[in-house]
Amino acid sequence: MRHACLAILLSCFASLVQALEIEDHRLFAGTGDRVLRVISTADLEVFEPYLRAFQSSQPSLTIDYTVVSSTELHKAVREGAAFDLALSSAMDLQFQLANDGFAQSHQSEATAALPDWARWRDLIFAFTAEPAVVVLSTQRFDGLKLPTTRQELVTLLREYPERFEGAVGTYDVRDSGLGYLFATQEARSTDAYWRLSEVMGRLNPQLYCCSGQMIDDVAQGRLALAYNVLGSYAAERLARDSGGQVQILGMEDFTNVILRTAIIPSQARETAAAGALIDMLARLGQRETPDDWPLPPLGQTGADSLVGFGPIRLGPALMVYLDPLNRRAFLTEWENALEQR
Amino acid sequence: MTGTGSIGRRLTLLLAGVAALLSVLSWWMVTGLARQAAERTQDNVLAASVTTIAETLRSEQGEVRLELPYSAFSMLGAISEDRVFYRVSTGDTVLTGYDDLPVPTEVAVSGGRVLFDTGEYSGEEIRMATVSRLVLAGTQPVPVTVTVAQTRGGVASISAELSQLAAFLSVAFFLVAVTLSAFAARTSLKPLNDIAAAVSRRGPSDLRPLRRAAPTELAPLMTSLNRLMDRLGQSIRSAEDFIAEAAHRIRTPLATVRAQAEIALRSARDDEQKQRLRQMIRAVDESSRSAGQLLDHATVIYRSDDLMRSPVKLSDLVGQAVAGLEPTAAMKDIGLHVDMIPVQVEVDPVLMENALRNVLDNAIKYSPPDTVVTITASEAQGEVRIAVSDQGPGLGDGPVDLLTHRFQRGSNTQGIVGSGLGLTIAKDVLVAHGGRLELESLQGRNGTCATLVLPSS
Repeated sequence: MRHACLAILLSCFASLVQALEIEDHRLFAGTGDRVLRVISTADLEVFEPYLRAFQSSQPSLTIDYTVVSSTELHKAVREGAAFDLALSSAMDLQFQLANDGFAQSHQSEATAALPDWARWRDLIFAFTAEPAVVVLSTQRFDGLKLPTTRQELVTLLREYPERFEGAVGTYDVRDSGLGYLFATQEARSTDAYWRLSEVMGRLNPQLYCCSGQMIDDVAQGRLALAYNVLGSYAAERLARDSGGQVQILGMEDFTNVILRTAIIPSQARETAAAGALIDMLARLGQRETPDDWPLPPLGQTGADSLVGFGPIRLGPALMVYLDPLNRRAFLTEWENALEQR
Repeated sequence: MTGTGSIGRRLTLLLAGVAALLSVLSWWMVTGLARQAAERTQDNVLAASVTTIAETLRSEQGEVRLELPYSAFSMLGAISEDRVFYRVSTGDTVLTGYDDLPVPTEVAVSGGRVLFDTGEYSGEEIRMATVSRLVLAGTQPVPVTVTVAQTRGGVASISAELSQLAAFLSVAFFLVAVTLSAFAARTSLKPLNDIAAAVSRRGPSDLRPLRRAAPTELAPLMTSLNRLMDRLGQSIRSAEDFIAEAAHRIRTPLATVRAQAEIALRSARDDEQKQRLRQMIRAVDESSRSAGQLLDHATVIYRSDDLMRSPVKLSDLVGQAVAGLEPTAAMKDIGLHVDMIPVQVEVDPVLMENALRNVLDNAIKYSPPDTVVTITASEAQGEVRIAVSDQGPGLGDGPVDLLTHRFQRGSNTQGIVGSGLGLTIAKDVLVAHGGRLELESLQGRNGTCATLVLPSS
């Protein structure tokens, strides 16, 4: 009986697969019939410990975990795909879903304990605060003074064009929702962003969809530096390969800190289980010590040098850069800067 | 006495009612004002937001262009956690934003004036601010309409919060007002209560006019009260005078008549004549007694409301009464046996002596000659009992209680001089002292026992 159900579910899922560009997928089979379908931007290796911990508290629950890009996630929820929980690091897209009525409200003690800036209207809940960092290959930077500000980075890139030619990586903001968020927020906050983009554009930059691949390429020496990488992924990677190939660098002039957020889509059916998972994540987000969970809590953003930069505010202003006209204008400018050849 | 209720309570209730009305009114007004203020704040921010957007409208290569400024939405995010929608359109063409936002259809080019409207979108009530501007696109200026809308959760929660605060304050105000009302009622009624207390504190014989400062509203009452007391005093005085005068006027001629009758009796030879004269003497005695007792009774009634208690030895009291009646007893050869205990009582000696005398007098009167009247005292259970027993005919068959009523005499007293007031006086005196008079026929032999019961001091 249970297998039949699962089979039906899987076939349903297969039909969804066609519409979604899935990066990764795994089924954490439980002992019962209930299935919690989670759509997320977090890589499986990063998020698996959370799912295991949650399943140990609810062993009967099967967890269907799908990893997609943040834009795919946004599209899926907007189009009414059947998911019970959507976890994304692109807080602007998540916010728009909540604002436009694609999220269900959820109230509990754990979410009520969240700081005001980490939730909005009982619809959207933040459970990590993660900084954008520069990840560099120690090998490729051998003998160079490490930059601490964007200005120093610009100078460095200008001085050693041969070293960095084709070896600078960053998000393709056209594909990556998170990359777009980082870029727009940075462009809004610091003038150095466009200068840096211009300089990177001249070095034939490599454009990526995801943090993970950028970090992989830095680790393998294909990239000298990856700009605007999620610090948590980099830290997790650093913890795994202690070969000293990868170094994380926080910019001291300004650092974006994003909140990884959860919403319960309005089509969700397993709302109780989704709420329970949000509660677990919210409680973990409020922990005082970093522990050995892969993702950092809300309270601290990973590195001491980042203290002083608050996270990007959850609010309607996030929707400004999602406006099609604004987006077109920004992307035009971005393309002009980064695609100079 | 009651019936119209207490003025204080009525005054308090009236004032509390007024306070309740004012509290509800002020709560309602504050709630209304709070909602208005919250709405106006939202309108202002919406207006600022929509104006900021409209200011970025420009024309580039014959096309209308705009750039949503970050601040336009961040200011909306700053005031509340409300959902935000927007729409920029020129004519029927939506340039950007939410296509299906129910924008007011006929927005005249308002020349920078912001129009507000309320509607519903995405299942919630929204407030919209709309501004229209002419933008030169190509050769033709086209009107561009910018609308920013926000749900009203913030307004609702702010006004609910303020309304709750106002409700709390109103309740507090009401409670304070009730307390103050009670205080005010008590304060304004204080002169009245003072006067009432002053009047009730007085003894019944104190009929002096009230001399105290009274509010103007109470002055007529005071005047009337004083006049009433004056009249009462006068009438009491004239009644006392009248009784004393009447007793005197009656007793003096009666004494003369008795004396003359005695002389006539002595000189009379005829038996029939002697018999008539004896009857006459008895009638005179009876009248004289009655007059005396009426006077006594009046004294008792007058004094019993205002006892002048003083500690007296019971033996002295009884001794005095016995001494006064010894001659009468001796005339009938009646022995008076007194058996006292050393106890002191707190009584009005004049009244108490009067009561004792009346009871003793009764005992002697109804005793056959050559018998004994015994007076014994005892103390038990907080009571001092003075028992006067005679060997007379007893109380007869009528109800015992009636005997202590005024002018009521026993069924077997024919032929004996009496006014029917003696026991009434004794009872009234004892009751005034908090005691009682017990009457019983002695069982097994002839005689009556009258017991004067007093509370021990």
